[in-house]
Amino acid sequence: MINKLVIENLKHRPARTLLSVLAIGVEVTLVLTLVGLSHGMLDDFEKRSRGVGADVIIRPPGSSVFSMSTAPMSDKLVPFFASQPNVAQAIGVITHTLPGLFGSVTGIDLASFNTMSGGFRFLEGGPFRKDDDVIVDEYYARQGKHQVGKWIELANRKWQICGIVESGKMSRLFVQLPVLQDLSGNKGKLSQIYLRVNGRANVDPLVKQLRETPSLKDYQIYSLEEFTSLISINNVPWLTPFIRVIVGIAVIVGFIVVFLSMYTAVLERTREIGILKSLGASPALIVNLLARETTLLAILGSGAGIGFSYGTRWLIQTLVPASLQQAIVYEWWPIAAGIAVAGALVGALYPGFKAARQDAIQALAYE
Amino acid sequence: MSASPIIRIRDLRKTYRTGDVEVHALRGVDLDIPRGEFVAIVGPSGSGKSTLFHILGGLTGPTAGTIHIDGKDLLGLTDAQRTEMRKSTVGFVFQKYNLLPTLTAEGNIEIARYISGRNGGWDSQFRQILDLLGISGRLHHKPRAMSGGEQQRVAIARALVNHPAILLADEPTGNLDTENSNAVLGILRDLNHRAGQTILMITHNPEAAAFADRVIRMRDGRIEA
Ligand SMILES: Nc1ncnc2c1ncn2[C@@H]1O[C@H](COP(=O)(O)OP(=O)(O)OP(=O)(O)O)[C@@H](O)[C@H]1O
Ligand SMILES: [Mg+2]
Repeated sequence: MINKLVIENLKHRPARTLLSVLAIGVEVTLVLTLVGLSHGMLDDFEKRSRGVGADVIIRPPGSSVFSMSTAPMSDKLVPFFASQPNVAQAIGVITHTLPGLFGSVTGIDLASFNTMSGGFRFLEGGPFRKDDDVIVDEYYARQGKHQVGKWIELANRKWQICGIVESGKMSRLFVQLPVLQDLSGNKGKLSQIYLRVNGRANVDPLVKQLRETPSLKDYQIYSLEEFTSLISINNVPWLTPFIRVIVGIAVIVGFIVVFLSMYTAVLERTREIGILKSLGASPALIVNLLARETTLLAILGSGAGIGFSYGTRWLIQTLVPASLQQAIVYEWWPIAAGIAVAGALVGALYPGFKAARQDAIQALAYE
Repeated sequence: MSASPIIRIRDLRKTYRTGDVEVHALRGVDLDIPRGEFVAIVGPSGSGKSTLFHILGGLTGPTAGTIHIDGKDLLGLTDAQRTEMRKSTVGFVFQKYNLLPTLTAEGNIEIARYISGRNGGWDSQFRQILDLLGISGRLHHKPRAMSGGEQQRVAIARALVNHPAILLADEPTGNLDTENSNAVLGILRDLNHRAGQTILMITHNPEAAAFADRVIRMRDGRIEA
């Protein structure tokens, strides 16, 4: 019965109900999109890291998972690693960080990179033919509406697209290794070395052995499993506080909307609340009614927000597939809904208190 | 048992204080109402009639005096007990119907039942009351789809659904035309005669007062002899 009254009250003011649900929906979408972006981008990074086909990754001293310090390793290390027992192949790449959202361009030796990774799948065009050729992945091409033969500018230089490849192998932009080494003033230097190992069982002993080699003391040597396990939200230093700030803002917005919505509802229902009290309703029952209405608004809003997050994902996939990836993170649905309900209930606290204290007689006396 | 009055009021006083201003709404009311009586209360505006009802219904507390309803001392009750008493002992009917606009007639009656903590279907006694009120066919309408007379009859049904010992009706016909007034008054009298319902009714209309067994006059917060 009490639920019927709550639902009828919501139906009675459809515009208010709709706006409240929308506002809470935006709150929930904000949280889900942000979390989805974090997960999506990390998942994509992990997928591309695996796409290289390596079993061991070696990075220079002082680098971290997400920051690639530019090329301080000598390329003389490659033959050294290749000569280690059980190493089937060793390749080196150089990474040049780009301003903006596209991350980086990677310098590779196409033939050995293809051997390790299983080979690019060209959707259009083909391998490098001249020094200023660049291979781009499908997302980069789609986002910039690029075609083979087109000239693009990267790192203060013009490059011509020679091929468009399927995404999923380390980077979105590839040029030839010596060209990028020259361009960035890192002749003979590498930023990452990848090893392929004969037999899975030999990976961990090899990593252990390399780590114990005195001359490699400060190098960062990971098996691919270790490396990908480091790809998590907790390892991106600014991400967790950033998520907290955005969630905080979302909660405040939700709180204000619900506060206003319930406050006006209580003012508008002065008479109704008086009637309920004259029928013997206790203050607790009045608060209970408002709490149910608020919770229902927040749950409807959460549903809307989950729907909207599919919309933002579609927008991102359509407009900026190379820069951003948004995952749908189901574990965060109840969390985001919980945040919305809690914020809304706090917003309903003062209006509920006001309603509970309201004088029944005066409410009924208003003509 | 029937000898003891259902309502016994002694030296009841109520003073409203708004800032520095004191309004003495009740200045010493003594009143006994026997069980099963239909009483009309008349008197000029501001004489304290509604205030008396609100105290009887537990919506506000008195400043001084004693009230016994059904032998229970109203002032000796805790807040929770008073709320409890209001649910089961008193039913209110107001001049302005005061139905919840978002609920149907049936919903309005049901919510009163819900608040009193009862559930399950309506008993046969209440179904007879509905027949008497003549609103059985209007139960699925919302208040704005009903005439004033119909709304007031729904309000009476709502006041009676928990079988209260006392029905308090504050100018129940104040907003109704003569025809609807007479219908509602006839219903109140029938309820009183057939079901023995104790009824207190405030009215400004002498014709309405004539439906009651007894007429009590109030002036300046007291009962006139
Ligand atoms: N909540 C209140 N605060 C202050 N004064 C009040 C309040 N309620 C009633 N009064 C005052 O108490 C007096 C008695 O009011 P009450 O409503 O009981 O009169 P009444 O006999 O019902 O009048 P009417 O016939 O106009 O309904 C009036 O002077 C009124 O202004
Ligand atoms: Mg009055």
